Amino acid sequence: MNMNMTILGQIISFIIFVYLCMKFVWPPLTAALAERQKKIAEGLDAADKAARELEDAQQSVEAALQESKAQAATLIEQANKRASQIVDEAKDTAQAEADRIKAAAAADVEQEVNRAKEALRAQVATLVVAGAEKILGASIDVNNHQELVDKLAAEL
Amino acid sequence: MASGMSSADYIQHHLTNLTYGNHPVNGWSFAESGQQAAEMGFMAINVDSMAWSVGLGIFFILLFSRVAKNATTGVPSGTQNFIEMIIEFVDDNVKSVFHHKNAIIAPMALTIFVWVFLMNLMDLIPVDWIPSIAAASGIHFMKIVPSTDLNVTLGMSIAVFVLIIFYSIQQKGIMGFLAELSLQPLGKWALPFNLFLELVGLIAKPISLALRLFGNMYAGEMIFILIALLPFWAQWLLSVPWALFHILIITLQAFIFMVLTIVYLAMAHDHH
Repeated sequence: MNMNMTILGQIISFIIFVYLCMKFVWPPLTAALAERQKKIAEGLDAADKAARELEDAQQSVEAALQESKAQAATLIEQANKRASQIVDEAKDTAQAEADRIKAAAAADVEQEVNRAKEALRAQVATLVVAGAEKILGASIDVNNHQELVDKLAAEL
Repeated sequence: MASGMSSADYIQHHLTNLTYGNHPVNGWSFAESGQQAAEMGFMAINVDSMAWSVGLGIFFILLFSRVAKNATTGVPSGTQNFIEMIIEFVDDNVKSVFHHKNAIIAPMALTIFVWVFLMNLMDLIPVDWIPSIAAASGIHFMKIVPSTDLNVTLGMSIAVFVLIIFYSIQQKGIMGFLAELSLQPLGKWALPFNLFLELVGLIAKPISLALRLFGNMYAGEMIFILIALLPFWAQWLLSVPWALFHILIITLQAFIFMVLTIVYLAMAHDHH
């Protein structure tokens, strides 16, 4: 084993390689590592934030859903109320109409009856007179016995 | 094992660096043997160690800077993921040990870890492959694991040692550093004893750093070479388990070199 100038050569190359490593290897690589570390930290933060936002959104969706359900319930209730109201009104109207028609019909009937009565009365008077003539064998002056005949007719 | 060679020659050959230097007789030339390399003294360079070491360093810088340049902050690709895993591993280690502000420590720890790992990894290439190719192209010696060369490990640990001294003085002042060396553990009346103890401790840091890595890799390489001496049909029985075990060793040694560097530099910054 001979000690010789190789030792100096090795010292010089060592210094050069350390210098090159300091200049071209270490700083860019550690910078890249630090940068990636920062990016990962930011990514994790963003993920946390997104999770929190999702939770918030879910909560607000839940709230909106509850509110709309309540609104729908109110609307249905109102609609039911309104429907029964309409049905009641329709019933009332129909009842009134029916009553009116019935009343009109009754009035008509009464009128017809009266008219028939009148007609009958008139005929009765004639018949009475004719009957009486036959019974009495004489003509009866309708005019003279008008009062009597009318009285008779009215009693019928 | 090449024919016409004794086992001792084979091992010796595998443990000899390709050395270029100033030989007292031949002048500037490649050493033809370990003997000649030793005669060259300090004015020589282990060409194979330097080439593999620098080549692997360039591979490390190119691979990592390429990924760094195209680094995305989105979902990383496979390569980027792997590189980032290493970066985070090194960064965690630095942050758990080193609590001061210093822009050099982490990149240096990364360089040490990956570079030493790559140099150790050459140990897993079968010992004869590349030396055979080199021999075929006329290169007589080729040791492809730079961390089995004490020059290489010592070179790195000396650089670390210089940084230890530099930061000790920068953080504590020259007087503070000297006080730390001489006034503990026993107080000012035992100053020479303290100084001796602390200096030994200080010098031991780079020496142990270099020798630990060198020793582990050299021993590992030696065992691979010894296994390569077996008949070819029996080699896998030992080389496969040892290679699997060695994967652990090369990673561990790279890791230890890195962590101890961080610890030593953290100690240099701490005030006692």
